Amino acid sequence: MIMNSLYYQKKLSRNVGDKFFTSLSVFCALIAILPLIFVVTYILIKGGAQITPELFTLEPNPPGDDLDAGGINPALIGTLVITTIASIIAIPVGVGGGIYLAEYSNGGSFSKFIRFGVNVLAGVPSIIAGVFIYALIVSTKILFGSMYSGFAGGMALSILMLPTVIKTTDEGLKLVPNELRYASLGIGASMYTTILKITLPTAFRSIATGVVLGIARAAGETAPLIFTALFSYYYIVGFEDLFYEMGSLAVLIYNFALEPYDAQNKLAWAASFILVISILTVNIFSRIFAAFTETTKRV
Amino acid sequence: MIKNTKKSQKKNILSLEDVSISYGTFEAVKNVFLNFKAGDITSLIGPSGCGKSTVLRALNRMNDLIPNCSLKGTVLFDGTNIYDKRVDPVEVRRRIGMVFQQPNPFPKSIYENIAFGARINGFTGDMDELVESSLRKAAVWSECKDKLNDSGYSLSGGQQQRLCIARTIAIEPEIILMDEPCSALDPISTLKIEETMHELKKNYTIIIVTHNMQQALRVSDMTAFFNAVEYEDGDGGKVGYLAEFDSTKKIFNSPKEKTTQEYISGKFG
Repeated sequence: MIMNSLYYQKKLSRNVGDKFFTSLSVFCALIAILPLIFVVTYILIKGGAQITPELFTLEPNPPGDDLDAGGINPALIGTLVITTIASIIAIPVGVGGGIYLAEYSNGGSFSKFIRFGVNVLAGVPSIIAGVFIYALIVSTKILFGSMYSGFAGGMALSILMLPTVIKTTDEGLKLVPNELRYASLGIGASMYTTILKITLPTAFRSIATGVVLGIARAAGETAPLIFTALFSYYYIVGFEDLFYEMGSLAVLIYNFALEPYDAQNKLAWAASFILVISILTVNIFSRIFAAFTETTKRV
Repeated sequence: MIKNTKKSQKKNILSLEDVSISYGTFEAVKNVFLNFKAGDITSLIGPSGCGKSTVLRALNRMNDLIPNCSLKGTVLFDGTNIYDKRVDPVEVRRRIGMVFQQPNPFPKSIYENIAFGARINGFTGDMDELVESSLRKAAVWSECKDKLNDSGYSLSGGQQQRLCIARTIAIEPEIILMDEPCSALDPISTLKIEETMHELKKNYTIIIVTHNMQQALRVSDMTAFFNAVEYEDGDGGKVGYLAEFDSTKKIFNSPKEKTTQEYISGKFG
């Protein structure tokens, strides 16, 4: 019987193969992360150079003359307003739906149907959500006779947020140990008190993270807004502006990046910079928030 | 009302009449007749899979929370069949509290752990006093009094379990069900919980499931021995039944059934 040495032998075919596949998977992992690094760096360099204080305060100038392009204040505020409207609609409905799926449904055909529907909705292209709201609200002028409006934009985005919120609520609640529910029910709490006072607060962290990620996703959407909120060059000054065309960072980028004028292109870069930075911030913030609440809960 | 009668003659507070419990088509326990006396500690013992925990959970309708679980027969509490369609399980659980195998305090402060149950039950008195008296009754006050605002998780396992007992006491139930309350605890904590149970016996009826026969011997007045037999059709499944129910002394010293004798002497289980 031949005794092999116990020392590691580089030339053995299994060791060569092992090395090869390890390097291959590292290489693929690097390629996968490259686009993110390039996109973010490119936008940071191109857009970062355009950041000025006036950018945040001025209205954009209409393209066509060689004047200064102005700022992106209406689009910035518009994105905030539209995302807020979307959150106001999607968070209660989504959390409520998630509660039904995780707490009340008994795995019957109705809940299966809802889960399936939510998965399908998550896969619906965002432009379809835009066209749907266009057909439902914009073209019918059903909202106080207004056509394109920030409100319609918010509704379109809420459709996109909904599946994320429902799924994370559902999954977050399922992670809550059953013992905790039994404990509460065992001392005579009703189902509703148990959910409101025990289960939801325990799952708050994962639900909040999901909600924040849903908001971040919605904030960057363009296609649904083109059909619903359209675009506006003017400051948002009052409540009634909700029912008129409303600008947003994403649509501003879409409009101005295609203009033949340099000034508008630069504005689009600046807007990209701000959009990317805010979405990154929100993502990182939600992670820090999650980690923070996790460590405090175990004390 | 119960407190008055229990001294002279112990009355039946809870009765099982021909109760059979199934999970889906699988029958877990069948044909149980059992009377629990007010003011007693009754322990349910038996080998794994004999259905003693299932029976315990049936007593305050916790089995409702397990899908496919169904019960035949009647469970009489206070003259009412708690499985009657008109009965509200929430009300049943307010009067028959439960302590679980794993200590499961709420992720709240110690104070809130106690106050939560009392508040939802419409308690309007002095909450500080209730928290203190409940923790005292559960023999965990000295460990908790300086950190009432700390999380319930900051306590050790045994203290957490006594906190859970205190939480159950705070809603002033008539019966306390305990599902192997000491199986996750060390011997010292177990001893403390047993002392707590002796204290509680003065005011409450306690029904406890335990795997520990010494514990049953130490704490209980009455003992019900459950056993499991294979189905008659012989497909290998087992169904639990009540083999013997008597005073703890008799069960451990002179059991009538051969299986009881074998179980308590450690021949199987």
